[in-house]
Formats: sequence, structure tokens, C-alpha cells
Amino acid sequence: MSRVFALEGARLARHRRRKLVNVVALTLALAAMSFGLFWLVWILVETVRLGFGGLAWQVFTQSTPPPQAEVGGLANAIVGSLIMVSLATLIGTPIGILSGIYIAEYGQRTWLGHVTQFINDILLSAPSIVIGLFVYAAFVARVKSFSAFAGVLALSLIVIPVVIRQTSTMLSLVPNALREAAYALGTPKWKVILSVTLKASVAGVVTGVLLALARIAGETAPLLFTALSNQFFTWNLGEPMASLPVTIFKFAMSPYENWQKLAWAGVFLITLGVLALNILARVLFRNKT
Amino acid sequence: MERVAPHGDPPPRRRVAPWADGVFAALTHGAAWLTLALLVAIIVSLFIGAAPSIREFGLGFLWSKDWDPVQGKFGGLVMIYGTLMTSFIALLIAVPVSFGIAIFLTELSPKWLKRPLGIAVELLAAVPSIVYGMWGLLVFGPILSQYVQQPLQGAFGGVPVLGALFSGPPVGIGILSAGIILAIMVIPFIAATMRDVFDVTPPMLKESAYGLGSTTWEVVWRVVLPYTKTGVVGGIMLGLGRALGETMAVTFVIGNFNQLDSLSLFEAANSITSALANEFAEASEGLHQASLIYLGLILFMITFVVLACSRLLLMRLKRGEGSRT
Repeated sequence: MSRVFALEGARLARHRRRKLVNVVALTLALAAMSFGLFWLVWILVETVRLGFGGLAWQVFTQSTPPPQAEVGGLANAIVGSLIMVSLATLIGTPIGILSGIYIAEYGQRTWLGHVTQFINDILLSAPSIVIGLFVYAAFVARVKSFSAFAGVLALSLIVIPVVIRQTSTMLSLVPNALREAAYALGTPKWKVILSVTLKASVAGVVTGVLLALARIAGETAPLLFTALSNQFFTWNLGEPMASLPVTIFKFAMSPYENWQKLAWAGVFLITLGVLALNILARVLFRNKT
Repeated sequence: MERVAPHGDPPPRRRVAPWADGVFAALTHGAAWLTLALLVAIIVSLFIGAAPSIREFGLGFLWSKDWDPVQGKFGGLVMIYGTLMTSFIALLIAVPVSFGIAIFLTELSPKWLKRPLGIAVELLAAVPSIVYGMWGLLVFGPILSQYVQQPLQGAFGGVPVLGALFSGPPVGIGILSAGIILAIMVIPFIAATMRDVFDVTPPMLKESAYGLGSTTWEVVWRVVLPYTKTGVVGGIMLGLGRALGETMAVTFVIGNFNQLDSLSLFEAANSITSALANEFAEASEGLHQASLIYLGLILFMITFVVLACSRLLLMRLKRGEGSRT
């Protein structure tokens, strides 16, 4: 009889231990989640606190000041970023969409399709500074001058993989019945793609473009030795151009107080812009699906 | 009001722009080739750019730690060590945390919280790296130094090995800060991949385990994890690829100092990416520049292999899962 009780006791003890392990593990999972959120909140709070203080009207109206100057803003950097980011998106998007269409609509069973998809997934996470190095070696070193155009080129190379990925994923989600119905009406393939499948996934593709925009708006590394930076305001694509991230980098590493203050203002603007684009992309995509 | 006669020839087929099909196919083909050409062009142009340095130093570049632009002697060991070490620290922190986040999101979280929390984690990935860098240098660094480094130095200062590990000026920059900030940056990538692969586990498997009386933890550890292990490793590799190539955040906090005499976690060091970011624009053409491009080539090769492994592993999981569309 006592033997049975002993067995029962051992089982209960094991049961308790299993329960305990479970509680501990799940508590740790909860802690991990809070750990992740903690950093997000901390970074956002600091960015708002330090960045908002540096924000003034002149940030948008005046160009970057020399060290220890009284006045000055980020106007040239903001405009430079807007120019380069929008041009890069304009160049990268069509190539990305076409390539994505190939992967999803033409290349499902060809080696080119598979290889492109594989390579693209790698390019998606490739170090952006290497892209800058590539544009330097292939372009800047040839023409022997840093230019905004080289910066645009580097940024567009970062846009392409993002758009390809999103386009091909979205197109492959379109049900085949839709394609078959269109073919049955005698529609040629290009028309099926443009007015049926691409149209059905337009929200997803736009989301991809917005995400790409958000990604390159904050990219610093590929601009460091392509567009370089410029103290002055310029519209000329043939000469170095200031951009918000590179200016932040330069100013934040400096010991001058007025530069650091401007850097925080820039960080605030860039974080706000990038997060807004991300949220917009998500809202847009959610409404459509 | 023309009507087609019930007999006779069918109406002529109306074809708008019969050439359009071919042109469109050619365009998409061209774009796909362009993507492949891009990869080849990156590798080739880096090789050409690095050629003078490769000829001069050969593979010895990998384990030489001189970096002396004045005497024209270059070796990449310091930067390669910095890159590998910071990424290692980052994974050490990020992997368990991401695993916890993925468990929370798939097994614990109430349904209405899943989406907002998932978005929050993804937003963490969207914050530009320069923001992490500046925050790391000006906000996090001083706090790390005051509350972690100095107590550690106080406690272990006299102990032989540990003391050396924690030595260095109390400014909060160096390998450890860089590793921690990288960890924060790669957590979202690893956590999101883990969550996605955990969701792939067939509910039937999990339900059977629950039916046998398993606890949640036992289901995750004995059922979900073994089923998805290739995907989990793929996600970790993806995070590693990101960490290796991250530039701005590391450049801000690593200190950019070429030294390997002290292996302290708090001593300023250098990584491949931060050496490129700091020196390249000012490097004189010739051996100095070629050596920096050589470093870039090494970085690209390492990340390429890591990311390719990650892709292959994730693809294998997907194939095992059958034709689920």
C-alpha cells in the first residue's frame, strides 16, 4: 500500500515540477516581449524629447550652419534627401515591379525565375554600405567626382529588391482562377498581367513602394561615399548633395552643441517620417485585404 | 447595330497591338536579368577595386593586424574581429529574447493584442539605424557606463581575466555597446521569422500534444521547435546577416580605434563597416582605398554565405510543409 502512495507522490512531484517549468518559461516569454517593447518606447521617447526641443522654424528655412554659429537649419539636407529619395524610388520602382512580375508570372517554372528570387532575397539583406562601395567603384571612381546622381543610383539599388519581393509575393497570392478566366476570354498575357493580376494586387505593390521609401529615407551608409555631403543648398545632381542622414551623422559625432542639437532635430524628423510611412503602408494594405 | 450572321466566317479576331506580348515579356525578362547582373557586377567591381591590395597582401590580409596608412601596411584582423565579435554578442542576446517574443506572440498573447504587438516589433525594425546609433552614443552609452561598466570594474578590477575583460575608460563605447545595440536591431528580424515559422506548425500536432496533457512550454519545446528547427535556424542566420552588415549604429558606438591589444568589452575597437564609413571618403587612392574595398569584399562574401544558408534553410522548411498555398 505504501508503495502506491510513494509512486503517487513521485508523480505529483513531477507534475508540480512540469507546471513550475511551464510558468517560469512563459514568464520569461512575457519578459522578452516587454524587453523588446521597452527599447522601442525608450528610443521613441528620447527621440521626441531631445528632437522636439531642437525643432524651430529655421530648421526648415536655413541651410546647415558652420560650427558654433547662432542660427542655421537643415533646409539643404531636407531638400537633398527629398530629391534623392524620390528620384531613387522613381528609378527603382519600375525595374522592381517588372522583375517581380517576371518571377511571379513568367518564371515560376524556369531556372531564371528561381535564381532571381533567391538572389533577390539575399540582396534584400545585403549590407547597404557594400552597395555604396559598389557605386563608388563602378561609377564615382570612373567619373572622378562625388555627385548626387551617384547617391540616387545607390539608393535605387536598395529600392529594387524591396519592390521585387513585395510584387512577386503579392502576385503569387492572386488566385489562378482569375488568370484562367481572363485567358478564357482571349486576353493576351500582357493584358492579363497589367489589368487583372497586377490590378488585383495594387495595394500590396504600393505598400512595397512605401516600405522601400521608408527604408531609403533613413539610409546613411550608401550615401557616405557617393553623394557625400554639401554645406550649401543645391539643386544640381552633378555635385555633392547634403542629405538628412549623412548630416545627422556628421553633426552627431561633432563636439559642437549647435550641431548636436540640429542632429537631434533631424533624427526626430526622420524617425517621424519613416514611422509615418510604415504605418501608412500597413493601414493601406489592411483596408484592401 | 451590326449583327454577326449565324453562318459564314467568324468575325475577324481583334488584336490590339500584337507586338505587345513579346515586348512585355522581354521587358520583364530584362529586369530579371538586371537583378542577376547586379549581383555579378557587385562582386566583379569589388574584386577589381580590391585587386591592388589582394596582390600585395594576399590571404595574409585576413590575419594581419597592422593598419598603417602612412607606411602602406594593411591587414584586416582588427576589423574582422570587431565585426564577428559584435555580431556574436548581438546573437547571444537576441536569440533567446526573440524566441521568447515568438512564443508570446504565437501561444500566449490574446488575439486582439497579437496584431498591435506584431506591428510594434516590426516598427522596431523600421527605425533607421542612424537613430539607434545616435541614441546609443548619447543616451545609452553613458547609462551603460555608469550602471554596468563601473560597478563591474569595481567588483572585478583586481581579478586577472575578468578585470581585463571589463577594463577601459568609462565612456560606454566599445564592443559591448555595439553588440547590445545590434541585438536590439536584429531582434525584430529574428522574432518575426520565428513567429512566422511557428505559425506553420500544423495545429493537429499541437492539439495532440495538449491532449496528452502537455504544458504550453512542453508543446513549444518538444513539438513546435523540433518541427520548425530549420526555419528557426534560418531566422537566426537572417539576423546574423543583418548584424554583420549593419553600419551606422556600430560606427557611432564602437569607438573606431584600431587596436586588438586589449580584448576588453569596453575598449574602443573597430569593425569592417565602421572602418569603411569613417575612412573611405578620405582614403587616398591606391593601396589604402584598395584595402578598404578588400574589407568590403570580405564582408560581402561573409554575409552572402550567411544569408544564402538562411534562405536555403527557410526554403527547406517550406518544402517540407508541402503544397500549402
